[in-house]
Amino acid sequence: MQNSEERTSPQTKSILRFMRLTLNALGVPLLAVLTAMLVGGVVIALAGGDPFRAYLGLFQGAFGSPKALSETAVWASPYIFAGLAVAFAFKGGLFNIGAEGQLAFGAVMAALIGYALPGWLHIDLPAFIHIPLAIGFGALAGALWAAIPGALKAYTGGHEVINTIMMNYIALNLTSFLLNGPMRDPNPLNVVARTPLIAESARIPPLFEGFRVHWGFVLALLVAGLVWWLLWKTTLGFEIRTVGANPDAAKYAGINVKRTIVLTMAISGLLAGLAGTIEVTALNHRHELGFSIGYGFDAIAIALLGKTHPLGVVLAALLFAAMRNGATRMQFLTQIPVDIISVIQALILLFVAADAIIRYIYRIRARDERVVLTRGWGG
Amino acid sequence: MDWRRFGFIALIISVLFGVVVLIGHVQISPVIIITSMLSTTIAVATPLTLGALCGLYCERAGVVNIGIEGMMLAAAFFGWLASIYMNTVFGMAPMPSLIGGVAFAILTGGLLGLLHSVLSVTFKVDQIIGGTVINILAIGITGFLNRQLFFEKGSIFGGNVPHAPGVLPRIQIPYLADMPVVGRIFDQQPITWAAILLVLITHYVLFYTRWGLRTRAVGEHPRAADTVGINVIRMRYANVILGGMLAGLGGAYFTLESVPSFEPLMTNGRGFISLAAMIFGNWTPFGAWSAALVFGAAQALQINLQFFRELIPPQWAFLQISYVVGLAPYLLTMIILTGIIGKNIPPAADGQPYEK
Repeated sequence: MQNSEERTSPQTKSILRFMRLTLNALGVPLLAVLTAMLVGGVVIALAGGDPFRAYLGLFQGAFGSPKALSETAVWASPYIFAGLAVAFAFKGGLFNIGAEGQLAFGAVMAALIGYALPGWLHIDLPAFIHIPLAIGFGALAGALWAAIPGALKAYTGGHEVINTIMMNYIALNLTSFLLNGPMRDPNPLNVVARTPLIAESARIPPLFEGFRVHWGFVLALLVAGLVWWLLWKTTLGFEIRTVGANPDAAKYAGINVKRTIVLTMAISGLLAGLAGTIEVTALNHRHELGFSIGYGFDAIAIALLGKTHPLGVVLAALLFAAMRNGATRMQFLTQIPVDIISVIQALILLFVAADAIIRYIYRIRARDERVVLTRGWGG
Repeated sequence: MDWRRFGFIALIISVLFGVVVLIGHVQISPVIIITSMLSTTIAVATPLTLGALCGLYCERAGVVNIGIEGMMLAAAFFGWLASIYMNTVFGMAPMPSLIGGVAFAILTGGLLGLLHSVLSVTFKVDQIIGGTVINILAIGITGFLNRQLFFEKGSIFGGNVPHAPGVLPRIQIPYLADMPVVGRIFDQQPITWAAILLVLITHYVLFYTRWGLRTRAVGEHPRAADTVGINVIRMRYANVILGGMLAGLGGAYFTLESVPSFEPLMTNGRGFISLAAMIFGNWTPFGAWSAALVFGAAQALQINLQFFRELIPPQWAFLQISYVVGLAPYLLTMIILTGIIGKNIPPAADGQPYEK
């Protein structure tokens, strides 16, 4: 083994090394997805379904036609933002379980800017001002909602895991109140808790005529690139990653740890707020109660599956979007409830988090480096 | 637990009770209102108490468990499912099916505890991620099975939920329950009684038995414990599984004691609130129980205000909105976690996997 490596040229060696690294980075997540699908198939079979037809339907529903592809991209847009939000917090050593609440709050704010400016205040804005305004305020609302647990963490030590969850329930209660009360769609035919439709000038247009895929998807990809740039090419990004890796070392290096924690949470919340904003301005054109439920946990799974790297997050978001989108056709074909997707996603997360299991099953050698994601209550 | 904490708890509970008394006293005598509030508080605090005890066993042994929510949800579903199966499919009488359901709920909790310990003790997965996995898994599997078994046409129960065997009967404490007004407090359902008993038992076990000493040693300084011959891995496994079983009993409260039905996501954050109760109780059983009672009181306020809706004076109109009153437990949790009511000190090795 050693001899053959000695004989190869340095170029081939570096190519081989690159391939091995890529395989190692992609290998565990891919095998985790595969294993989760296998176990999911067993669950489907146990529940009395045909796993092969189910997965065929899933694939067709996700990629089978231009319309299916468009819908997958539609699903992927908020997933990319929300996944980036959780991944960004992880980089700063924080676990943001509150993407759901931040997303809901961003959506409410975007909807408010979208319909109330022309509706209540009679300010008619051109689209090139109205759209950025709605997006900006939605993102800010998300940032604010996340900065609160961030500040509590930095200045009082209240753990962000519990606080962000509490903020989720508070957001749910507050949006229920708003959507049932002051912001409720006054249309007499309306029976559900939702806002009125936002003005035409606040709507993000579709990418292609006749398909639902919109510019929000492009924006999501751009923001993913921006997050990568921020984390690895700027001083702030370096500070955030240093605080995430070792807060004590960061403190001795002269980094303002408390400020960085608040800022990390705020940016994380901003990204989550964008997820909700995009859904309102580009897709639903209103906020409806209950649409945000479940996004928070999906976002965690996406961030972990993508190994908290922006590119990984985009790929993981596309996979999750394909599953959610394909599930409808799967249910139509095989009567397997769409909820099976949640089971498969939980299994993916299980195998990604416990990569030791995957390494054990497939006999992959472990690397020494361990990414510290969260710390106990003491930290 | 120090006097400041108990003082704060007493203060908050009196404020919460006071609000209802202030509003309702024109119609009903304050004694009856307080009795009714107290009775509700003790009952609704049950899953929180059991969840907090689950967290206590896990964290005293050095394993952070944020999967309590998922453990409760899964136990609520499988316990309920088991009771329906026994009652409808096997034709058992309601009472044995309910007891069987509780047993299944405890078993479900124990199995998830086993999963958590495999992940966090053996595979040394980040314990907070491990708990999140359990939460997501529980939401997915209960949602899937709930729809697959009950709401699909080709399913076992033919697309409709069969009649559940009801809820566990009340148990009265002799003599105490016969008292004129306050007797109500001593007339509770079995899991509620069990939770209170388990608080006493846990206090005894943790601080007066060899098992408790070893558990605490493993949570404070596993290496020292290992040197004197305590099996760290085994102690952690045992305590996390035991904790899971307690969370399972807490889950049974939702579908077998409180209401005879299951809804997706019905635990509604109680698992997380019970963690906060455990932290506020500074990792002691009595502290955790009293903190659980505070959250119970906040919930009792919400329930009891429903009876007095039309009596609420106009300047307090915001109390009519259940969404606003419903915020109380969550806000309370966040305030408590800031540590302004006393510093919360976790076991020293909490959350750290043990490497030999």
